[in-house]
Amino acid sequence: MPDSLSRSLQAAPRRWLEALIHYGLLLLLGLIVLLFSLVEPAFVQVSNLFIILQSVSIVALLALGVTLTMAVGGLDLSIGAVAAMSLMIASYVMVVLDWGPLPAIVISLAGGALVGLLNGWLIVRMGIPDILATLGSMFLVIGVQLIPTGGRSIAVGMTLPGGEETEGVFSPAFLALGRGRLWDTVPVPVLVTAVLALAVWLFLERTRIGRLFYAIGGNEQAARLAGAPVQRYKLLAYVLSALLASVGGLLLAARLGRGDVSSGNGLVLDALGAALIGFAVLGAKKANAFGTLAGAVLIATLLNGLTMLNAPYYAQDFVKGLVLVLALVFTFGLARHTR
Amino acid sequence: MKLPQALVELRALSKDFGAQRALDRVDLQLFPGEVVALLGANGAGKSTLVKILAGSQPHDRGELRVQGTQQRFDSPLAARRAGIVAVHQHVDDGIVPGLSVAENLMLDELCQAQAGPWVRPSDLHQRAAAIAAGLNLDLPLHAPIEQLGQAERQLVVLARALALQPRLLILDEPTAALSAAEAQRLFELIGQLRQRGVAILYISHRLADLQCIAERALVLRDGRLVGEFNAQQLPQAIEAMLGVALDPLRFVPRLPGREVLSLRDVRLLPQTRTFDLTLHENQVVALTGLLGAGKSEIAETLFGLRRPAAGSLHLDGQPWQPRSPRDAINAGVFLAVEDRAAGSLVPGFSLRRTLTLPFLQRFSRGGFIDRRAEAAAVTTQIRELGIKTAGIDAPMASLSGGNQQKVVIGRWLLQEARLLILDEPFQGVDIRARREIGQLLRDGAGQRATLVICTDIDEALEIADRILVVRDFAVVAEYPRTDLSRNALVAELAGSAPPTPQTPRSTVRA
Repeated sequence: MPDSLSRSLQAAPRRWLEALIHYGLLLLLGLIVLLFSLVEPAFVQVSNLFIILQSVSIVALLALGVTLTMAVGGLDLSIGAVAAMSLMIASYVMVVLDWGPLPAIVISLAGGALVGLLNGWLIVRMGIPDILATLGSMFLVIGVQLIPTGGRSIAVGMTLPGGEETEGVFSPAFLALGRGRLWDTVPVPVLVTAVLALAVWLFLERTRIGRLFYAIGGNEQAARLAGAPVQRYKLLAYVLSALLASVGGLLLAARLGRGDVSSGNGLVLDALGAALIGFAVLGAKKANAFGTLAGAVLIATLLNGLTMLNAPYYAQDFVKGLVLVLALVFTFGLARHTR
Repeated sequence: MKLPQALVELRALSKDFGAQRALDRVDLQLFPGEVVALLGANGAGKSTLVKILAGSQPHDRGELRVQGTQQRFDSPLAARRAGIVAVHQHVDDGIVPGLSVAENLMLDELCQAQAGPWVRPSDLHQRAAAIAAGLNLDLPLHAPIEQLGQAERQLVVLARALALQPRLLILDEPTAALSAAEAQRLFELIGQLRQRGVAILYISHRLADLQCIAERALVLRDGRLVGEFNAQQLPQAIEAMLGVALDPLRFVPRLPGREVLSLRDVRLLPQTRTFDLTLHENQVVALTGLLGAGKSEIAETLFGLRRPAAGSLHLDGQPWQPRSPRDAINAGVFLAVEDRAAGSLVPGFSLRRTLTLPFLQRFSRGGFIDRRAEAAAVTTQIRELGIKTAGIDAPMASLSGGNQQKVVIGRWLLQEARLLILDEPFQGVDIRARREIGQLLRDGAGQRATLVICTDIDEALEIADRILVVRDFAVVAEYPRTDLSRNALVAELAGSAPPTPQTPRSTVRA
């Protein structure tokens, strides 16, 4: 029938468009890798690929946290501050108090969880909109971490405001978290991030609570009427987010080997960008663990390649912005036309 | 015989969505001053036809003529210029929260480019008052629109449409949110419009409405116009609509079993009367009453969404007070809420996810969802409820309204309930789906108490063994289904009743 023929001809470009939206960003990632490896053969060496992954591992952890809060329909802006706080706590406990690595890790994570509880309490109990609540706690946390050291970075052998010299050190075992490599190839931070990313993916896609997270994010009222303990799960999302940010801060401390007050501040925007790019991966249109990871890797790959090609450092933010806008066009702009 | 010129004429009008043909060569004529009913099962193409006439979507092929001139509307504004205005099914699509009633009435005028940049409140109110007065409407113009009930909002939306002075007015399910008395008011308004020579295309699932006001009925099935009937031929029209004759309603009365739930001396709000209510296993009880009478509030009290001001609840003989929906669900009290979009559906969720949402626990092992068990349960429900879908993972948005309704009812059938409450389960559902849902509820009622809230009396009569009337937040009368007079029930609803046949207390305790 000529009629049905014309219809199927109409349908063909539609299918292409749908496929483009679905696989667009993964194709882009593949294309970027291909392009860079043609121009600069050193790009595809295993060592360089792991450098890319290592550079992205901390941002990816934070982005996974944001993904969890986005899944319940919220947003956590305090993750960068929490990571920085965790770094400062760990440094303080090891260098100033000289209690060793294990207490440092435990206290850092506990501090992170506490901020998560605070965020959850402000949002769930006080009814403060998520962006405002986490913006407030972000400033709070940024401020709090400066107080014990009087605003100075913590380094081994530093002099305290009181005049005495610190005696603690970053133990080699702790530093290995940031600098070590498994089988001399896989950096430990990459391994940690990979394991946690898998855990978050399993949680969101395969568990009952993960499914309810998405239900709460999609329609909180419907989730409540279906019997979901909405408040408890929202609180859980913010605690998990802060915990992931704390782990990110610990890895950063282990890599830097000092408690640098200015590190961690730029992390939040990169993490948000990665999570938002994740919306476009495989046409998900919602926060999802795989997409977030792909988004983080996409940006890191692009930046690494550009650096290899001697692109100026100040072009980095421009490139990140470009990828993010492109991803949003894929997710929202083009998807509208397929309806 | 010389016919007057048709106001609107369609010739071989077609519309495709992808590979699916939504409208297939539809021919029809609408004349000034007539009320025409448009009938069709869910998914028959009614909404598409309305969208084309109202300019929300252009047609693909065929002709659309308005007073002889060929047209192809690319926007609602274009349709409006030709004198066609549609009032859509969802009232809340037609109002802007945050604005006053007057501002809402004047919205179309405010949106026009030539309106000028300044708004003078006194001017605006004056013109809004003129609109309201022209229709004999008594509306609180200064009040924010949120303060109005659903029925009044409906009237505002309607008044707004009428202020545009349409020559063809399309009403899509205008009585869906209205009770019998309120609908009557709407019919009077329609009568006035008809006398002024306005053509009205009226879409409704309520056949009683159509019998009241329509001169002829056009029936759509699978995108084709399958017949035209006059008001006396409604049974034939239904047959044409469904493609088969509808079996006469098979109503097997069910006797009350064990008592499941009772309310004693309950007062919903501090200032309202107390009432009692008892629900039994094996029985389907309907709760009816005007809009805003407090039917949904009774359901919300049972589901832990609100606390009564006084009185006690007993579940299976034990004192019981649910603190949250979660509490109620754990006790076996389930509620399918009235507003499907706001209370049941999650955007982006597939049929499977929507269906299993309340009882995910059943399909979980160690916190992980057993997807095979889930799929099996969903497949079973789809088969038992007769849900038409492309698959268990189809997005909910791809289902027709009737099938969506079956899904949100079906989710509460996944687990055995002690008390199942359904708030307006038949809204936007065609008559066949309504019968199917009703039958399903009655057939499965054996081990549980079932409470169905319906504003429409005919729906209540179709499903219930007992009918309770709610007025001013209290159950004021009770009727067994047998020897029930529809007129007495209507009178009781409006509160103008002569002495009720039985007082609520005596029947409840009987």
